[in-house]
Amino acid sequence: MILMTFLIQLLNSVQYGFLLFLVASGLTLIFGIMGIINLAHGAFYMLGAYLVYWLTGITDNLLYAVLLGLPIMLAIGFFIERFAISFLYRRDHLYQVLLTYGLILVLNEVQKILWGTDYHSVPIPEILGGSLPLTENQVYPVYRLFISLVCLAVAAGLYVLIGRTRLGMMIRAGSVNREMVEALGINVRRLFTVLFSLGAALAGFAGMVDAPVSSVYPGMGDQILIVSFVVVVIGGIGSVKGAFIGAMLVGLADTFGEVLLPDVASVMVYATMTVVLIWRPRGLFGRA
Amino acid sequence: MNNPSRSVTILLALGVIALAVFPRFGESFYVDLVVRMMILGIFAMSLDLLIGFTGLISFGHAAFFGLSGYLLAISTPETGPVSIWLALPLCLLGSALAALVIGWFSVRTSGIYFIMITLAFAQMLFYFFNDNTALGGSDGLFIYFKPGVSVGGVTLLNLDNVNTLYYVVLASLIGAYALLRVILRSPFGRVIQGIRANEARTRALGFATFRYKLVSFVIAGTLAGFAGFLQGVHGGIMSPAYLGWHESGTVLMMVILGGIGTLYGAVLGAFAMVFLQDWFQELTEHWLLLMGGFVIAVVLFLPNGIAGLPHQIGALFTRRTARPPPERHGE
Repeated sequence: MILMTFLIQLLNSVQYGFLLFLVASGLTLIFGIMGIINLAHGAFYMLGAYLVYWLTGITDNLLYAVLLGLPIMLAIGFFIERFAISFLYRRDHLYQVLLTYGLILVLNEVQKILWGTDYHSVPIPEILGGSLPLTENQVYPVYRLFISLVCLAVAAGLYVLIGRTRLGMMIRAGSVNREMVEALGINVRRLFTVLFSLGAALAGFAGMVDAPVSSVYPGMGDQILIVSFVVVVIGGIGSVKGAFIGAMLVGLADTFGEVLLPDVASVMVYATMTVVLIWRPRGLFGRA
Repeated sequence: MNNPSRSVTILLALGVIALAVFPRFGESFYVDLVVRMMILGIFAMSLDLLIGFTGLISFGHAAFFGLSGYLLAISTPETGPVSIWLALPLCLLGSALAALVIGWFSVRTSGIYFIMITLAFAQMLFYFFNDNTALGGSDGLFIYFKPGVSVGGVTLLNLDNVNTLYYVVLASLIGAYALLRVILRSPFGRVIQGIRANEARTRALGFATFRYKLVSFVIAGTLAGFAGFLQGVHGGIMSPAYLGWHESGTVLMMVILGGIGTLYGAVLGAFAMVFLQDWFQELTEHWLLLMGGFVIAVVLFLPNGIAGLPHQIGALFTRRTARPPPERHGE
């Protein structure tokens, strides 16, 4: 029995960890390669969730909503990179923090104007609506398993994209030495635009698949942003592998913190980060 | 950058005179508003000590501001005022201690890691107060009575009177400015500014930069705590929002809007931000949209803040003075 409870919490941790990874991987790539601290990344997650809420209302189908929502997220990322972020590449981190902070205020308010301040729920598709019986009185929702599997597929796709494709080669090279990549004749400006849009779509996708379980509400992006930053810092900035390990660690700390030490649960995540940073000031896989 | 030029000094003196006579003419609503501006001015100056003079970009500075306010709220009984001689030292010591602990962990990192770890510590405190129902949870705590300022049973100041509070805060603002100027002119101040310019070289000169940065962090945290104390006295309530990251972002914005590394710029920024907030709120319920747009516009078009505006305008007319390239802090 205790074993089963443990298993359920473990599954929950992994599922939360995967979601965090989708948000954090974009964040870490954008910082590692473009040198941009993007505070608005959580707002992309929120926009994804609201898009899927809006589009399921129209199409009545989660899959269509996601398929329609992803291009919109890519377009949003494209425009923000072109008309705001691209002016910041040579500026101090301070200004990046501020500009993207301003973007959060704008995006949060746009969300309120378009969709109001109420909490909304997105229905779980019928095929995935069931629960797996684990013991006589403990079940596990199929949709949560589905999230984990989808995120795993996306993570695998990302792994192939970065490790095996030409674009991935440019991304990896760019994270090591941006100037050299530029000198070799690669259009770094375009690479940045692609990368930023991709990051926005990844964060938006996380919001989309999470919407049916977490419900959709104003400010949902702020919460996940801060936690994702913790993930990135634990993993080491710029490292996708680090982001994965960091996301799992944070998922475990958060879920088990809530079960074992409910009074200080929300502190657990930050405590984990502090411990890691004392041990390794540049994160687990950060380059010195 | 250490001492303001003569024309700036004259302008600052005029500003102080204007503030000193303001309550005679302003309506009480505006007197109240200016009190808030001055408190946030102290808060912003304390952050400028870190950003503009030590080269440490803290994104969790509101932690000390809010913590101190909570200490005041906790030490004030529900039945009567707490003595300022008890509350103020408690708030200052509390925020200094918190800054010492947080700083001890944080200042060994730099650049983005410093930004993130200060943010994380502030969030830890935020959740501590937010989740703690004994401390009012997300609603926070009321401070029913303003601290009593008396010696031997004789009341020296009545902080309930808005004009008295106004002058106390004004004196605090001037005192904080003067204190920071003295610190920056001292050998210690020279060293931290050396760290901002080039930490490796400062260390090579034989200064234990870790300790200097830590002391600077503690001074800034304590001063932020002082501002938080005043905020608690003035506002009469303390809630987790005061230590949240929106507050940290707002004060960061004040420093940048005013102009980094000038001290008086931080105060200007605080005045401008509170004024804008107030104005935008009157214009529309979606005032955050305007605020966000304003923040973005400042970053894109006003790289040196309000304090750098005369220079920037001057540069439009003289071809020779090119704007110096924005520096990058060490990563």
